[in-house]
Amino acid sequence: MGAFKLHAPTASNAPAALAIGKLSLFSFRNYTEVRIHCDAAPIVLVGANGGGKTNLLEAISLLAPGRGLRRALLADLQNRTLSSEPWGVAADLDTPDGPLVIGTGRAPCSEGTQDHRLVHINGQPARSANALAEPIALTWITPEMDRLVGEGATARRKFLDRLVYSFDPAHGARVRRYDKAMRERLRLLREGRAEAVWLAGLESDMAQTAVAIAAARLHMIRHLRTVLAESDDPFPRPLIAARGTAEDQLTDHPALQVEDTLRAAFARARSDDAQHGTCAVGAHRSDLRITHRAKNCPAESCSTGEQKALLIALMLAYVRLLTIQRDMAPLFLLDDIAAHLDSCRRAALFDALRALGCQAWLTGTDQDDFAALAPYAQFFRVTDGQVTLL
Amino acid sequence: MLSPLDHLARQLARLPGIGPRSARRMVLHMLKKREGVMYPLIDSMTRAAEQVKECTTCGNLGGSDPCELCTDRTRDPTLLCVVESVADLWAMERARVFRGRYHVLGGTLSALDGVRPADLRIDKLLTRANDAGVKEVILALNATVEGQTTAHYLAERLVPIGVSVTRLAHGLPVGGELDHLDDGTLAAALLARRQAG
Ligand SMILES: Nc1ncnc2c1ncn2[C@@H]1O[C@H](COP(=O)(O)OP(=O)(O)OP(=O)(O)O)[C@@H](O)[C@H]1O
Ligand SMILES: [Mg+2]
Ligand SMILES: [Zn+2]
Repeated sequence: MGAFKLHAPTASNAPAALAIGKLSLFSFRNYTEVRIHCDAAPIVLVGANGGGKTNLLEAISLLAPGRGLRRALLADLQNRTLSSEPWGVAADLDTPDGPLVIGTGRAPCSEGTQDHRLVHINGQPARSANALAEPIALTWITPEMDRLVGEGATARRKFLDRLVYSFDPAHGARVRRYDKAMRERLRLLREGRAEAVWLAGLESDMAQTAVAIAAARLHMIRHLRTVLAESDDPFPRPLIAARGTAEDQLTDHPALQVEDTLRAAFARARSDDAQHGTCAVGAHRSDLRITHRAKNCPAESCSTGEQKALLIALMLAYVRLLTIQRDMAPLFLLDDIAAHLDSCRRAALFDALRALGCQAWLTGTDQDDFAALAPYAQFFRVTDGQVTLL
Repeated sequence: MLSPLDHLARQLARLPGIGPRSARRMVLHMLKKREGVMYPLIDSMTRAAEQVKECTTCGNLGGSDPCELCTDRTRDPTLLCVVESVADLWAMERARVFRGRYHVLGGTLSALDGVRPADLRIDKLLTRANDAGVKEVILALNATVEGQTTAHYLAERLVPIGVSVTRLAHGLPVGGELDHLDDGTLAAALLARRQAG
């Protein structure tokens, strides 16, 4: 976590942006083959429902590690009518360090190997998709995320963890390690003949990892708060907090003491956990609390439009943070963004995107919604897996 | 019926680190060089299968039982290093930093994979640690959940015996496996080992 840095970019030295110059899709979702040329300015994709706008953003999201903005399986990305040609996505990008070429796709299936994705960086095969974390900075906001604000803690916690990954690639390994230890413990408890010493070993690992996870989350929250406090866009300010056993204690107790507290809590919960088949306490119970600051109202109770605006404010702050951290503005994918926003908020969003200097990819069904962007954005129409410049 | 060629390729492809394509390449290569490569290989495999034994003391693989390491008089019998697998033992030997004796556990505790204490060579370890000659037991287990849980478990069992129990230093990458570490990192982790349990 020492990798975090936070210093404002000086005006004269505004960070450059990561930008796609050429994008090619093969056999991907409803695309057979398509190629787009664009420049660093924002891009607007318009078209009727089902044309392939979200699919295109999904393709871009696969330039980063992970499973993309729909968390799809590799097989689902495969064009259904072209099943013999493994899908592929390729992009020529501009970065502050010079040109970058990324190619990724499903590995041709061969007997005895698992479905996996291949990644090439500047023509060289990479060990895994994780290698993309280094050259690529990318994030998105989708309609599915709207529900996140009002829905349960699980969705919000996963969202927060996803935000942490881009800053701190080790966070993924931490969360997986914690889950593994937790599943081991539950299995032992369920079998009912667990040796206390073995359980204590697992709980000790869980406690250590939970504290590391909580610390990374708090770190993220602190940085986001700083950026939110400085931002001057007209979106409602969200007040954010990470809440959970470890998170709550870490604010005023040393990490080792919190580890001990957690270990004791795990040990106390054994018989209950065995009975219910779940773990009652731990890093997997934490929540990201979001509050509408001006109204002093929890996000859950805000209107749909207000929730969307809070989420946008949060993501704008996140993009700003990424920009500072990476010394370049990330790719920012905004799916169906015009929905739920009145024209005033829409204009504010466009201004904010412009100020961020990032290559934003926006989608919508109605070109008129993006009229304010017309002077400088590039417009494409997406119909039936075909993309045409407007 | 598979042809003998396919049969061989299929079997090779089951080995760790070998995919179907490289298996076929190996088969073709061997068939092209039967005298120079294939027959000598058959011969070495037969001899290894017949002669390599698992040491009943430490679990290492070697030409004799007890193995060469257990009978080497220049090695320090007061130090016992516990590793998960023979591969890890060899990694320690490659790094040339440890001059004591070894104990191969044969795996790590895992509820999900059904590996319980009785499935590992733990009783044998406790017997050896009880031996008056042993002063320190070093737990050189991988930094995985299973490795660290097993280390915790062993420490709890070993401390009451009255030996000093140490663990590799936490300079090890999280989830890091000894077998994949470079020799320098391994040496540093061993030198900076700390008291456990
Ligand atoms: N694997 C696939 N192979 C072929 N077509 C697919 C595949 N997966 C999804 N599709 C199709 O792609 C089409 C476009 O989907 P997409 O979500 O990109 O539309 P969209 O332009 O974002 O529409 P909306 O405006 O409704 O959000 C859908 O009709 C869907 O059925
Ligand atoms: Mg869509
Ligand atoms: Zn031996």
